[in-house]
Amino acid sequence: MRFCKFVLLSLFLLPLTQSAGAQTEGLADFSDLPFLVSDYAGLEHLFQQKNDTTYIINFWATWCAPCVKELPYFEQLGQQYKGQKVKVILISLDFKKQIRTRLVKFLDKKKIQSQVVVLSQPNANEWIGKVDPSWSGSIPATLVYNRQKREFYEQEFYDFAELESIVKSFIKK
Amino acid sequence: MKKLLGLIALFALAAAFVIPTNGPGDGLKIGDKAPDFKLKHVDGNFYSLSQLQGQVKGYIIAFTCNTCPYAVMYEERLKQLHGKYADKGFPVIAINPNDPEVKPGDSFEAMQSTYKDKEFNFLYLYDEGQKVFPSYGATKTPHMFILDKSMTVQYIGAIDDNVENAKAVKNTYVEDAIEAIMVGAKPKVTETKAVGCSIKVKPVNRHLLKKKASPTTN
Repeated sequence: MRFCKFVLLSLFLLPLTQSAGAQTEGLADFSDLPFLVSDYAGLEHLFQQKNDTTYIINFWATWCAPCVKELPYFEQLGQQYKGQKVKVILISLDFKKQIRTRLVKFLDKKKIQSQVVVLSQPNANEWIGKVDPSWSGSIPATLVYNRQKREFYEQEFYDFAELESIVKSFIKK
Repeated sequence: MKKLLGLIALFALAAAFVIPTNGPGDGLKIGDKAPDFKLKHVDGNFYSLSQLQGQVKGYIIAFTCNTCPYAVMYEERLKQLHGKYADKGFPVIAINPNDPEVKPGDSFEAMQSTYKDKEFNFLYLYDEGQKVFPSYGATKTPHMFILDKSMTVQYIGAIDDNVENAKAVKNTYVEDAIEAIMVGAKPKVTETKAVGCSIKVKPVNRHLLKKKASPTTN
C-alpha cells in the first residue's frame, strides 16, 4: 500500500519536475559554482536597482577577444573605486557547456575580483531589448547607471581612461 | 524675392533639424531599400545584388566571419538555408565585415581556407574597406538581412532562437521570413535580437559601428 502511494505520488510529481527542468534548462545544476548561473528573470533586478550606487555592468564571454582585452579595465575600476558607491558586475554570456570548463578556469587563472554572474537563456531575443532597447546583442557591451542617469555602450573600451571618464560623469556631485 | 529666399533658407534650416539624418551609422530599417554593393567572392570574382536581379526572388544576406564562435556555430545552418532555398530563388550571400588588421583570422586568404574547409555552398564576399556593413547597419556576426525581390528589407536579426542547440530551436526566424515572402506576405516577425561578436574595426573607424552610447532616462 505504501509502495502504491509512492508510485502514485511519483506519477504526479514526474511531469512537474520535468517541466520545471525544461524551463530552467538545468541551470540549477550549476549551484555548486562560486557564481550565479541564471536566466534573465533571475538577474533582471541587477538592471533596476534604486539606491545611491553607480552600477557598471559589463556583458562579456571568454570566447570574445575584445571582451577579454578590456576586462582588466573593469577590474581596475573596481579596485580604484573600492569603498565608494561604485559596483562592477561582469555578466558572462559563455556557452552553457563551457561554464564548467572554460569559464571557471579563466576566472581562476586571471584572478578576477569583480562579481561575476552567468546569464544563460537560449532565446536572447526575449531579453536583450529589456537590458537596453538600443542593444543589438553584440558584445562587448556595457550598461552604466545610477538613480539619475543610464547609458548603454555597445562597444569596447580601448583604455582604462575611456571607461573611467564615463564612470566619473556618473559620480560627480 | 529676398523674402522668398529668406523663407526658403528658413525652410531648409528647419528641415535640417526636423528630418532625421540618415547617417551611415543608422542602418537599414524594415521597408528600406537595401543598397547594392560589388564585393569580391573567395574565387576573386566580384558580385553585386543587381546582377542577380531577375534571377532571384530575394536575398538572404548574412554578415558573418571565420572567427566568431557564434558565426561558426551557425555555419552548418547557413549551408542548410542555401541548400533549401537557393533553388527556390533565395540564395545566401555571406559577407565578412571584419577588418583583417584587427582580426587576422578574417583575412581574405583565411576566408578562402574556411570556404574550402567548411565546404560553403554560398557566396562568401569580403567587405574590403568596410563600406558595406555600415550602410546596412550591421553591428555583429552573425547578423541577417532578408530582402525581397525589389531589394526591400523584410527581416533583420537572428537566424533562429538557439545558437547552442540546433535541435532545440523553437523559432526559425529566417526561414519563416522567407516562407512569408515566397507567398507574397509580410513576415510576422520582422526584427529579432541575438548575441553576437562585435564587428571588428580599428579604433579610428569606431564611428562605422551603429551607436556610441544611448542615453536613456531612468
